Amino acid sequence: MSDIYTADPAIVPIKRPTRWHIAVFLAPAVLVYTAIMILPLIETLRLSLYNLVDGQTAFVGLSNFATLFSDPRLSASFWNALGNNLIFFVIHMLVQNPVGVALAAMLSIPKLRFATFYRTAIFVPTLLSFVIVGFIWKLILSPIWGIAPGMLDVVGLKWMFAPWLGRPDSALITVSLISVWQYVGIPMMLIYAALLNIPEEVLEAAECDGITGWGQFWKIKLPLILPSIGIISILTFVGNFNAFDLIYTVQGALAGPDGSTDILGTLLYRTFFGFQNQMGDRSMGATIATVMFLIILAGVSLYLFVIQRRIRRYQF
Amino acid sequence: MAKARTSLVRSGLIHLALISYTLIALFPVFLTLINSFKSRNAIFRDPMAIPTPSTFDLVGYQTVLAQGDFFGYFQNSLIVTVLSIALVLLFGAMAAFALSEYRFRGNLLMGLYLALGIMIPIRLGTVAILQGMVAAGLVNTLTALVLVYTAQGLPLAIFILSEFMRNVSDDLKNAGRIDGLSEYAIFFRLVLPLVRPAMATVAVFTMIPIWNDLWFPLILAPGEETKTVTLGAQMFIGQFVTNWNAVLSALSLAILPVLVLYVIFSRQLIRGITSGAVK
Repeated sequence: MSDIYTADPAIVPIKRPTRWHIAVFLAPAVLVYTAIMILPLIETLRLSLYNLVDGQTAFVGLSNFATLFSDPRLSASFWNALGNNLIFFVIHMLVQNPVGVALAAMLSIPKLRFATFYRTAIFVPTLLSFVIVGFIWKLILSPIWGIAPGMLDVVGLKWMFAPWLGRPDSALITVSLISVWQYVGIPMMLIYAALLNIPEEVLEAAECDGITGWGQFWKIKLPLILPSIGIISILTFVGNFNAFDLIYTVQGALAGPDGSTDILGTLLYRTFFGFQNQMGDRSMGATIATVMFLIILAGVSLYLFVIQRRIRRYQF
Repeated sequence: MAKARTSLVRSGLIHLALISYTLIALFPVFLTLINSFKSRNAIFRDPMAIPTPSTFDLVGYQTVLAQGDFFGYFQNSLIVTVLSIALVLLFGAMAAFALSEYRFRGNLLMGLYLALGIMIPIRLGTVAILQGMVAAGLVNTLTALVLVYTAQGLPLAIFILSEFMRNVSDDLKNAGRIDGLSEYAIFFRLVLPLVRPAMATVAVFTMIPIWNDLWFPLILAPGEETKTVTLGAQMFIGQFVTNWNAVLSALSLAILPVLVLYVIFSRQLIRGITSGAVK
């Protein structure tokens, strides 16, 4: 037992012989979490400062980052991946969250019939794995099968059809929308919960003042659910900047066509493991992971220290 | 309620919008399921039709079951998911109990330390995790996946469970103490049964990302013996891209367990979300 105390500096201050049980309760979780999550994370950050020099691993300072930002081939794919990732995120914010809020607003109308059914059904895609989602959409959008052109034909829009996933100018948007389709259930559920928590008295007071329908949504409900929208935004941000699976299943590790759907997750995978004629590189992999870590950290801190403090919270 | 005045037209439009979105959400799944039971010709001739006796064909399922070891993959996924959930719940509840029940120096700090993992994805440590697993000889074992998923699930589990444990009555615990129960007995015999609903919520939240994960199986356990369903389906489809029957059947086989579990647990899941467990 005593080595658990010394192994974890955070528990040391509670060294009071009478309360061993606190350490026993905390130890398993802290050990697993520290060993599998925190230490590897720190080790990855550390590895980004090392590289092979004459076959020996040596400390190279920030030169890996310099290579990442200046080497013509690497920096081109890095900026491309970062740009694509930003677009990926912006599409999620512009489509997924408003659609999620709209669905939640409709579902939360009192006495709406079939609300449970709608809610259950709309959440189904969120539970499916990326592999399933990716391939289903690949098949649907495939020109060979003809589901998508056939359905567009029904509404007279067949001319619009193109192999969207195969064209560099539309592939990223298509993949983003597939991801939106899959994840719209999460903002829907969280906003739905937030809307249910608005006290009836507040809404009744609004109605007494003649604020109903749309006006009520914009003036009363929206300000009250802003904190939830903030949480959803940060969850979307973290999820998007570490996304990998969907792109990998739909477009492969090369994130084609022509790197047009490459995001940081797929770039990390290719750099770390190598792909086809490219050799895997542990140090550069760690460097990209570090950059992703810094981006996510910056986003989360921005949310925690700036946005969350400015959002007005109402206590009922 | 004054809002009952909502006009018929307006509620009609709302139902129309919700029905349209429900169709968008369910259509791809439905399409996959019906076509997996059809012959190759029927899949292409009339993709939207429901299988009839003349177009009904199980050739896709036969290929899948003959080619890939899907039962083995299911077993792997099941072992990994169940063990990880069990460990997350046990370790998570113990830590949550320590954090919510006792005042000790470093309590807040420990809480923050354990909450870090909610925001920072474990994936970013992959380079070092793989290195560590290689050093420990755990590559291509299910143990590696269980360890990673346990670490991944713990932060959120501790966070949610400690919220719930704060609500367990102090009188009950103190009565237990007066009756001479040890702290361990108080935890296992008084507190755990009371937070069972919260445990179920955590279990569902933990289960979905583990069952669906592709990244860690691909990196830590890509061997034939340790493939999970998600990875197995991915690789199988990669090999049989042109065999549409087989692809659709593999997809259906991968969808079904999730749908069954969802139907069983959906009330629990939705109650968990709407009760504010993840706010």
